[in-house]
Amino acid sequence: MKANGDKARPICGGTDLIIQMRAGVRQPAVVVDIKKVREMRELKFSPKSGLKLGAAVSCIDVAENADMRRHYPGLTEAAHLIGSLQIQNRASVGGNLCNGSPAADTTPALIALKAKARIAGGKATRDVPVEEFVVSPGRTVLKPGELLVQLLIPAPAPHSSDAYLRFIPRNEMDIAVVGVGASVTLAGGVVKAARIGLGAVAATPLFADKASESLIGKKLDESALETAARLASEASSPIDDMRGTAEYRRHVTGVLTRRALTIAAERAHKH
Amino acid sequence: MSKKTLVEVNINGEEVEFLCEPRQSLLECLRDVLEMTGSKEGCLTGDCGACSVLIDGRAVCSCLMLGVEAQGKEIRTVEGLADGNTLHPLQQKFLEHASLQCGICTPGFLMSATALLERNPNPTEAEIRYALAGNLCRCTGYDKIVRAVLDAAKSMKSGVRTSRAA
Repeated sequence: MKANGDKARPICGGTDLIIQMRAGVRQPAVVVDIKKVREMRELKFSPKSGLKLGAAVSCIDVAENADMRRHYPGLTEAAHLIGSLQIQNRASVGGNLCNGSPAADTTPALIALKAKARIAGGKATRDVPVEEFVVSPGRTVLKPGELLVQLLIPAPAPHSSDAYLRFIPRNEMDIAVVGVGASVTLAGGVVKAARIGLGAVAATPLFADKASESLIGKKLDESALETAARLASEASSPIDDMRGTAEYRRHVTGVLTRRALTIAAERAHKH
Repeated sequence: MSKKTLVEVNINGEEVEFLCEPRQSLLECLRDVLEMTGSKEGCLTGDCGACSVLIDGRAVCSCLMLGVEAQGKEIRTVEGLADGNTLHPLQQKFLEHASLQCGICTPGFLMSATALLERNPNPTEAEIRYALAGNLCRCTGYDKIVRAVLDAAKSMKSGVRTSRAA
């Protein structure tokens, strides 16, 4: 990767890269298979330090992992929604992020979980919050020679959980019209922490900071949900395309925010 | 033209070696290098599933995998499903239920269904529809395919392996 700089492109599942190479959208001179790097294959959960998710771990390995299902059900759902089983068997959560699509399913779920992207290959290893990783459609903070090695997610606090919802016209094999990831931590009947990630409603996946902060210290009642939904809607800046109009997407952003928060809170009660 | 790479794999139970260019997809290696044309080329974008094969027991689109990535893997293709003249129960039930018309999608459907039944020998109709969501058929409307998979699961459970001759 270092020797070839911006002429090299890592391959993991190849489910985006091979299509892009065939279409001439990306034309790397060298493709580097990263699937044998140990740190990139690692999926390790600890109740103290949280999750280390190697950039090359496939979506199906995430979806079938008992720790993932229990502690990060929203991210697990997002990984299990990408394309078909054929795609999930090859594609990785790390690759979904590095592809840089505004509509990536796992990225809003990662944002909701306050994930950091650990990047190696430059002068020093650096950690970047996932909401800052994608800088424009298809472009990321990765510099030539750099690689996403792992995604680091904090251990869930007591009474925490997450959820991811996307709206598409059919159940499988489609690209999000809107995707919303939410995580909630409850304490004494009120929201102690909350994060909302939005997909497919702006040029990059978004952290809906105002919507998230509006919930802190509140009971997750009708009025709190209403406010968070409105602020998430206002944070979005969608476009009109064949999947939906901007107005429609703004509306659905609010609806899914409310629903994802409700599901995350129901799950948090049980933890 | 890049230098060719030697790739060693196990295909349908046999150790196989082939030479391919690093840019060639596994589908190209199967069809053009090994002359195994059972796996079909459809969309080349991972949408249609006609090229589905099993890699270490999991269905993947062979058009979205490089041949060199298959090094050391166990590959299963539609050519390996039947046991001599005895069709696999899925193949037999596809025939009985008329689950194909033009047949281009069929090898992919068979491989996805094989992966499903090996993991879940008793799937519900909904589970079958989800498991086959990555395979498109423009002829049958899917119902006949789903019925064939349900029926194949039933016959595999009862251990009856029907033959084409019977």
